[in-house]
Amino acid sequence: MSDALAGWKPDLLGVDGRVLPVVTAPAEVLSRPGAEVDPADPEVVQLAADLVATMRVSPGCVGLAAPQVGVGAQVFVVDVTEHPKTATSHGTFVLCNARVVEASRWRPGREGCMSVPDLTGDVKRAGRVVVEAVLPGTGEAVRLATDAFEARALQHEIDHCAGKLFLDRVAGAHAVYQRKVYL
Amino acid sequence: MNELAITVIGPDRTGIIADVSEALAGVGANLSDSTMTRLRGHFAMTLICTGPSAEDVEKALEPLSGLLATVRAVEPEAEADAAGEPYLVSVHGADRLGIVAAVTRVVAAAGGNITDLTTRLSGPLYVLIAEVDLPRGSAEDLAVRLATAADELGVDVTLRRAETDVL
Repeated sequence: MSDALAGWKPDLLGVDGRVLPVVTAPAEVLSRPGAEVDPADPEVVQLAADLVATMRVSPGCVGLAAPQVGVGAQVFVVDVTEHPKTATSHGTFVLCNARVVEASRWRPGREGCMSVPDLTGDVKRAGRVVVEAVLPGTGEAVRLATDAFEARALQHEIDHCAGKLFLDRVAGAHAVYQRKVYL
Repeated sequence: MNELAITVIGPDRTGIIADVSEALAGVGANLSDSTMTRLRGHFAMTLICTGPSAEDVEKALEPLSGLLATVRAVEPEAEADAAGEPYLVSVHGADRLGIVAAVTRVVAAAGGNITDLTTRLSGPLYVLIAEVDLPRGSAEDLAVRLATAADELGVDVTLRRAETDVL
C-alpha cells in the first residue's frame, strides 16, 4: 500500500494551492480535535494543495497541519527531504485521517512549531512508526513505515490533527525554551 | 553546620554567577543545590549553602552592586518522602490573571506536591509546566478536576505520567 506514496506528487491534486496565514497559539482551532475528512471532497483536495503551498513558502517548515491554517480537519503535509536529521524520506505528501498504528524506539528531541513561534521543547517521540492514512483526492489507503525525523514530523502533525501541541508532551518543567535560532 | 537559603536577583549582565559564587566561597559557604536562570532580562539565583552564618553571607554579598540578595538560616532537609507517583502537568492558553493560582490550587487540593514549575509568556501565549508528586491512585480524579479548572480558565491542560529511564 505504501507504493501509493512513491508515485504521489502535489500536482496530482489538480488544483493550485493558495498560501494561507498560519495560526498561532492560543488560537482555539489548535486545541480542538480535527474532524475526519472525506478525501474525495473538493474542499479537502483544495486544503491539501493549500497546505503544500503554505509549507513551501515557510522557511524551514517540514510539516503543516490543517488546524495551523485555521481548519479543524485531519489533513497534513510533510516534507523532510532537505532536513539533516532525515534518514528515510517519502518526499512531499499529504495524508488524511492518519493514525499511528505502530511506534517504537522512543527518543527525545528538540521541537519547534510554526504555531508556537517563540518556544521550543524537548519531546520524546517514537523513532520508528507505522502510519495508516488515506490520500487526498483518490482516497487510496496508505500504510507508511518510516523512522528518524520523518517519524517525528508525522507524530507532530498527527498531534495537531488531534488538537495537541508539543507543549502537551514536553519532558519536564525545564524542557521548554525560548527559541534562540531564527531561520 | 548552618544551612542557608539565599536568593539573588538583578538585571542580567556577564559575571553575576562568578561574582556571587566567589563572594560565597570567600566566606566558606559551600553551594549544595541551586537553580539560576534569566527571567525577562533579570538574572535570578536560588541557592542552598552550608557553612557560615547568615550575617557573614549578607556582609559578603552587600558590595555586589545592582543585586538584591536575601539570606535566611533554614533547617536541613528532613528524610525525603518518596511515596508519590511523578506526573507532569502542561497548561497552555491565552494569558490571563490567575492561571497559576487556579491550577496549583487544584493540584494542592488533590494532595499533589509540586516539585518543579516553570511558566513562560510568549506573546499572548501563556505556558505552565509543573512536575508533581501525586498520592497513589489519585491521577484520574485530578485529571478530571484539572479539565474543569482549565475549561473555566479557557486554557488547555494535560496530565501525564513522568517517565524515568533507569540505565
